[in-house]
Order: sequence, then structure tokens, then C-alpha cells
Amino acid sequence: MSPRADTATMAKPSLDVNRIRSDFPILSRTVHALPLVYLDNAATTQKPESVIDAMSTYYRSVNSNIHRGVHALSEEATEAYENVRELARQFINAASTREIIFVRGTTEGINLVASAFVPTIVQPGDEILITGLEHHSNIVPWQLVCGQTGATLRVVPISDEGEVRIDEFARKLTPRTKLVAIAHVSNALGTVNPMKSMVAHAHERGIPVLIDGAQAVPHIQVDVRDLGADFYAFSAHKMYGPTGVGVLYGKVELLERMTPYQGGGDMIKSVSFERTTYNDLPYKFEAGTPNIAGVIGLGEAIRYLSRLDRAAIEHHEHELLEQCTSMLKEIEGVRLIGTAREKAGVISFVIEGIHPHDIGTILDQQGIAVRTGHHCAQPVMERFGVPATVRASFAIYNTAEEIDRLKTGLLKVREVFG
Amino acid sequence: MTDVRALYQEVILDHNKNPRNFRVMEDADQFLEGYNPLCGDRYVLYLRMNGETISDVSFTGSGCAISKASASVMSTIVKGRKREEALRLFEQFHDLVTGHNDSHIHPENLGRLAVFAGVSEFPARVKCASLAWHTLKAILQEQKTAVTTE
Ligand SMILES: Cc1ncc(COP(=O)(O)O)c(C=O)c1O
Repeated sequence: MSPRADTATMAKPSLDVNRIRSDFPILSRTVHALPLVYLDNAATTQKPESVIDAMSTYYRSVNSNIHRGVHALSEEATEAYENVRELARQFINAASTREIIFVRGTTEGINLVASAFVPTIVQPGDEILITGLEHHSNIVPWQLVCGQTGATLRVVPISDEGEVRIDEFARKLTPRTKLVAIAHVSNALGTVNPMKSMVAHAHERGIPVLIDGAQAVPHIQVDVRDLGADFYAFSAHKMYGPTGVGVLYGKVELLERMTPYQGGGDMIKSVSFERTTYNDLPYKFEAGTPNIAGVIGLGEAIRYLSRLDRAAIEHHEHELLEQCTSMLKEIEGVRLIGTAREKAGVISFVIEGIHPHDIGTILDQQGIAVRTGHHCAQPVMERFGVPATVRASFAIYNTAEEIDRLKTGLLKVREVFG
Repeated sequence: MTDVRALYQEVILDHNKNPRNFRVMEDADQFLEGYNPLCGDRYVLYLRMNGETISDVSFTGSGCAISKASASVMSTIVKGRKREEALRLFEQFHDLVTGHNDSHIHPENLGRLAVFAGVSEFPARVKCASLAWHTLKAILQEQKTAVTTE
């Protein structure tokens, strides 16, 4: 789980960033007549040519529905689709493809667990535990199901650095806690949570853990069995794949016990008006025609990432993070929001007296895409007493020169605002 | 590249730094919150009416330079105006920032509002510029619930 430590003693792994950049067609475009500097990767990453091609090839020469025809196209499409399930299994080291459910993305994965699992395990007065750094998609589904079941949502506070205190976390695990749901990596702060020990604490008390992996999979090699995750959700579009598709991993024992999420075609074995028999895993949770082209794009994104050295990715993004952090500290009035010891390539900051929205506009005029706003994490903004932040987030194709461009851009902001 | 100075004119930067009529009005007849959930801009606009005339206007809150300067400039312009006049100014301002300003704006009315003409080149910022104006319109039309730009 921690290649950074492992590789410290070995030769530093490196990425051929120029070559990677040439794989991403969008990176050669300009914005406001300047070369694009794309630093909004936590919102969504760009797509390599191979992913775009795989999806277009699918529509051009394979397109048909899956799991239903005996004709050649349907068989090819089904095979391509199911191959991705195996790729996804390997990607997160799940035990079986029965544990890989294709969904629309992280949000749907979490909602699936909230509606098909939680009602089977909670009584009124029971608790679901989350942390103070969650994305709205790891808050609202739990609020909804708490409202329906009479359970209570409890929150582990975060420190001034943006870390979840493990002692506080352990204290909040009570006999009433029935599920823990935590982001592996925070999209607003960059904090990497110590998932393995958090899961161990919860498991000591027999409590299952859902991990929101949306921001983790593009940056760190994830092994769901090593983590001990009971559920792990992620989105293809944040790891160089297409929008509208993602994966929910769940342990077989839990998935078996769960009620279906949506009803429809594909999720059934037989239907009569008196009685319906549900399909086996994972199809029980995949009602209706899925995003077949999207799944194929996800498969290509996994292949693309797997061809790269994952330790080198971590190392590269960590260097950008450090370079950007030191650069920001030299800019007058900058306050970093989120200074955890363990961080992925996400930096949030504010500049005293200048609203993030104004910073975003001035950077945009210089061809630099950053995110400004609350990053779907309003409780985090409230915790740090800011209405919004500016967020720069890094990917495999970002360069040291781009951090220099960001610096120039921020100096321009300072100049305009005097 | 459009020069960002087309948007961030000196007058705007000045009103952002030193907003006019930036205070709670204890004896306001009406006040209303304006909120832009996208960027968290949040203001309260206070109004005192004397019959059909806006006798005093003030605001509090926080947000980006464009929204704050717009609220500030607006407060200096609508004070002393009749309700109908202020509503007409709203329309003119709206046309200006959305780029529909060719026809019917009288230059003498435009006056200080003209500094916001640059907003029309920045579609993402139209909501910032018009937040206070939407709030004013809602008060003048006696809308009771908080205004949001969404
Ligand atoms: C930490 C985290 N969780 C969940 C999500 C939701 O992902 P999606 O919108 O792809 O469902 C995001 C994306 O913004 C995220 O950053």
C-alpha cells in the first residue's frame, strides 16, 4: 500500500511525462490562445487516445446489447464487457468478478449500498459513522437512509490540518455503529486517510466499512483485500476513463445478503406476475442495459494505467505536490487548506482578501484550469471558515513547468488586486 | 486573451475594497438574503422606503469582487430613486452584463454601471454581477423568500 516508502531506498521511479502528454489529445489545445494548463483533475481527468478509440471502435464495429443475443455482435459485446470485469477485479485485487458491480460512478455505488444494504442491518437508534472530510455523495445518501430507517448519522471531526483523528474515530465506534463510510482520499483537502488501520478498528467491533475511493484510484495502487474494505466505490472518469461509469466492489458475503437495488432486465433469472427470482451476483445489481461503451472505456483506462509504473505515478504526483506547496508558500497572503502529513496530489488554498472565484477567472484568462468553489464538501469549507477554496489537483501528465505557469498566474492575480 | 482588466476595472476593485453603504440598517423596512450556492456568495440587502421612493439602501455579507462591487455600486445608484425607476435600471443592468446592451440604455443612466460592461465577456460571472440586483428586484416586487441564483 505504500510504494513511496518502499521505493525510497531504490532508484527513484520515473514517468516519461512527455510521452504520456502525447497520449492525451486535449492537452495540445489552447485556452484563450494559450497552451492549456489543466489542474482540475480531481473533478475529472482527461482521456488518453486509447480510451477514446476503444469506445469509438466499440460503437463502430461491435455495438449490440449484451447478455441477450446469440448473434455474433452480442457475443462479442458481452465478452468485451465481461473482460473489463476481470480487469477491474485485478485492478483492485478483488477475490472474484462476482464482487465487481458496474454502476454509474462513485455516487451510485454509495447510493446502492445505502438503499440495498443499510435497511437490512439497522434498527432505529443505530448509527452510521462518517468523517468531517466527506464529499456530499458520502453524506447525503446516508442522511436519506437514516431518515427512512430511524438510524443516526455521526461524524468524526477533523483536525486543523485536515486529518481524521484515529483516537476520536475509535471512540465513536459504539455497539450501535452498524456501518462506517470514509473517503480514502479527500477531494477538498488531499488528505490520505490511514484506511487500513481505520478498517481494522471497525472490524475489531464487527462493523463493515465502505470506502469512497473516487480520489484514490488514480493516485495510489488500491488493494481492497489488503485494506480489508467491505465496499469500495470509484468512478472511471477520475482515472482517465469516461464519465457515467464506475465500480462498486463488495464482499460476496455482504452482496449475497443484500436486497436488489433496482428492478428490471438483466437482474432477474425468471419473472412471473406472482414471483421473480433474482439473478446471481453481480447481475443482481445491474438492472437494465448498462453503459456498455463506458465499461469498455473503463477497461482501456485500466489497461493504460497498468502499463505505467504505479510507484512512479505516486512519486511524480508527490513531487508536483511538494513543488506546488513550496511555490504557494512564497505567494503573499496564501493560506493552505489541508496540510495533512499524508496527502495525494490535491492542494486547496485561499488568498487573503481575494475571493477564489476571482482567482479562478484570472487564472482561466491565462489558460489555467483550476477548480474554485466548495468542491461538493460544504462541511469542510465550514470547518475551515472559508466559503470556498481554489483547488489545484495533479495527474500523470502535469509538469513542473505547469506549476511555474500557475505561479505566474497567481502573481498576476496579486498584481490585479494590488 | 481578453485582458482581465476589462473585467477588473479600477472602479470595481475600489468598490470591492471599500464597499459603500456596507452596514446593517437597523430601521430597514425590508431586508432579504441573496445567495449564490455555486460560489457561496451571500449578501443581505436592506431597504427603507418612503412611499414609492427608496430612501435608504445598505448591504452586508461576503463574496467575490464582482458581486461585492456590484452591490456597492448599485446601492449608490438606486438610493433616492422611485421603485419603477430602480426596476428599469435592473433591466438595463441585466442587458448590459448579458451583452444585450445595444439599444435602449441612456448613457446618463448607465454612468457608473458602465464599468460592468466587461462582465458580458465572462459568462461565468454574470450571476456574480447580478446577485444584488436580483435581490433588489425581489424586495421591490415584494418577494418574501431568499433569492438564489440557481
Ligand atoms: C471523494 C469523492 N467522492 C465521491 C465523488 C463523486 O463521484 P462521481 O461524481 O463520479 O459519482 C467525488 C467526485 O467529485 C469525490 O471526489
